[in-house]
Amino acid sequence: MSEAIVQLRNVTKRYIRGKQSVDVLEGLNLDIAKGEFVALMGPSGSGKTTLLNLIGGLDSATSGEITVAGQRLDQLGQGGLARWRANHVGFVFQFYNLMPMLSALRNVELPLLLTRLSASQRKTNAMAALTLVGIADRAKHKPNELSGGQAQRVAIARALVADPILLVCDEPTGDLDRKSADDVLHLLQVLNREHGKSIIVVTHDPKAAEFASRQLHMDKGALLEAGTLA
Amino acid sequence: MKYFPLIWSTLWRKKTRTIFTLLSVAVAFLLFGMLETVDYAFRHPSGGVTGADKLVTTNKYSITLSLPFSDAQQIRSVPGVAEVTWISWFGGYYQESKNFIFALPIDTDSYFNLHKGEFVVSDEQMQAFRNTRTGALLNEALMKKYGWKVGDKVPLHSTIWTQKSDGSLDWTFDVVGSVSVKDPTQASAQSSTLLFHYEFFDEGRSFGKGTVGWFEERVEDPLQAAAISNRIDALFANSPNETKTQPANDFTMAFMKQFGDIGFVLRAILGAVFFTLLFLTGNTMMQSVRERIPELAVLKTLGFGDGKVLGLVLAESLLLCLMAALVGLALSYATLPIIKQGLRGVELSPTALLPGIGAAVLLALIVGLPPALRAMRLNIVDALAEKH
Repeated sequence: MSEAIVQLRNVTKRYIRGKQSVDVLEGLNLDIAKGEFVALMGPSGSGKTTLLNLIGGLDSATSGEITVAGQRLDQLGQGGLARWRANHVGFVFQFYNLMPMLSALRNVELPLLLTRLSASQRKTNAMAALTLVGIADRAKHKPNELSGGQAQRVAIARALVADPILLVCDEPTGDLDRKSADDVLHLLQVLNREHGKSIIVVTHDPKAAEFASRQLHMDKGALLEAGTLA
Repeated sequence: MKYFPLIWSTLWRKKTRTIFTLLSVAVAFLLFGMLETVDYAFRHPSGGVTGADKLVTTNKYSITLSLPFSDAQQIRSVPGVAEVTWISWFGGYYQESKNFIFALPIDTDSYFNLHKGEFVVSDEQMQAFRNTRTGALLNEALMKKYGWKVGDKVPLHSTIWTQKSDGSLDWTFDVVGSVSVKDPTQASAQSSTLLFHYEFFDEGRSFGKGTVGWFEERVEDPLQAAAISNRIDALFANSPNETKTQPANDFTMAFMKQFGDIGFVLRAILGAVFFTLLFLTGNTMMQSVRERIPELAVLKTLGFGDGKVLGLVLAESLLLCLMAALVGLALSYATLPIIKQGLRGVELSPTALLPGIGAAVLLALIVGLPPALRAMRLNIVDALAEKH
């Protein structure tokens, strides 16, 4: 196996809700190689999104070690995690989560506000990202003027624009029709194969999972099996 | 600056709400500007008697109580006093009470000697004034306002003094000349001045004969003003008419306070307005942040740190309040001439509007901080799942 971009060792995530303690992940171990396209599947409540949040540095583990892109995330504070996210990971959500009052271009430019790039460089890079996902002609449109598939492409452009090493996608096709979903998944596949992006996708859709190079199945906070597809 | 487009777009996310909030804050700052200017004018009077070498002696207990004219001789004898003159409040207006005239009965020689170099009157007109018992010198602006000219008879209504001859409150003066002030900063404050003879006034009134409203003194050495004030008051200690001598500026302020503690009234009104505004704008900001918690969570997901999110919300609040304040203060600046017309003798200064900017910043911080803290403390996972 090539160099691991994600390494989880004995990771546990426990939520406290009132007096109740819920173990969502229990002693989880996982390795994802650099350049892999992994589909994470499983029933609702199995812990897929929790695992994705831990790998993306959005949440902290209760115990265990999480190493992503060579960085021990379990050793970073909130500020450190924010900086790490800005530099290493791009996020794609089911409902796109675009800023409704900003144009597609401005939405894509958002992560670049955290860099030292000039305004013109930011605009150039944002346009390049929109071109890459095939939606440059909609740069000036606001999210409510875009179709679901187009909005998700803008979200993918936003996730890509800062050139992260890892893309984490939570049900990226969950709100799309089959055609748009396939287009988006195909785009992710291109980004994985031609641009070397490591991608982790959480999905319920077996057809979506077929685009991945590996499928992982989760149930009740544990990984059931790990298979590698051709 | 690179965050400005984001802040600006967020501010206009709900256009109608933002416009109404802006309007309500702007109206509050319009009121703030108007009241603050008036308060400033009353706290920094430029009209009336001014100058470090001028003192004013009034009745110790109230400036509405008169003093015997004979006190003038005793005051003049106090070492360090260069000149003494005496004046009474006439309380005059022309035809209608809104046409206030700052009419003052004066002793010609001592008044112009005390105010040497402050007024401009031609020798010919001054001579005419001295020779005419019912004569009056009017400020040029006042003459222009009512179209009066030398030779006209001007009837004034006094709110206090009845005439001995017929019990009437109406007094008629002959316009013999015009008077203007050399100091341009005093021009507005003196714009409704009418000077006439104290002798004519004292002989003509039906009561109060031999008394004066107050004395004005010019001292030889302004550094000795406090000591001279004490000496004057000591002269009349334990007499039926004890006195209070104070610097001219203090007297002018005390005179203004006859109308009540204007500062307190104005601040009370402003306090009520801003208290209401705090709730209104604070609620709007809270609602605005509550509505876009998922968006704020996305910003945090993208790598915006807690401090940046806090700063963005505070900057939005600051932008809203400052924009509205500038509109409100600009409108109040535009109303200065109208207020000035309503408050004759009071000089208004635009510098009084400056605290408005400070008030806007303070308002922005107070209303912006709670939602900004909430945004800062947002848990990304909960917010994305809309468990807020």
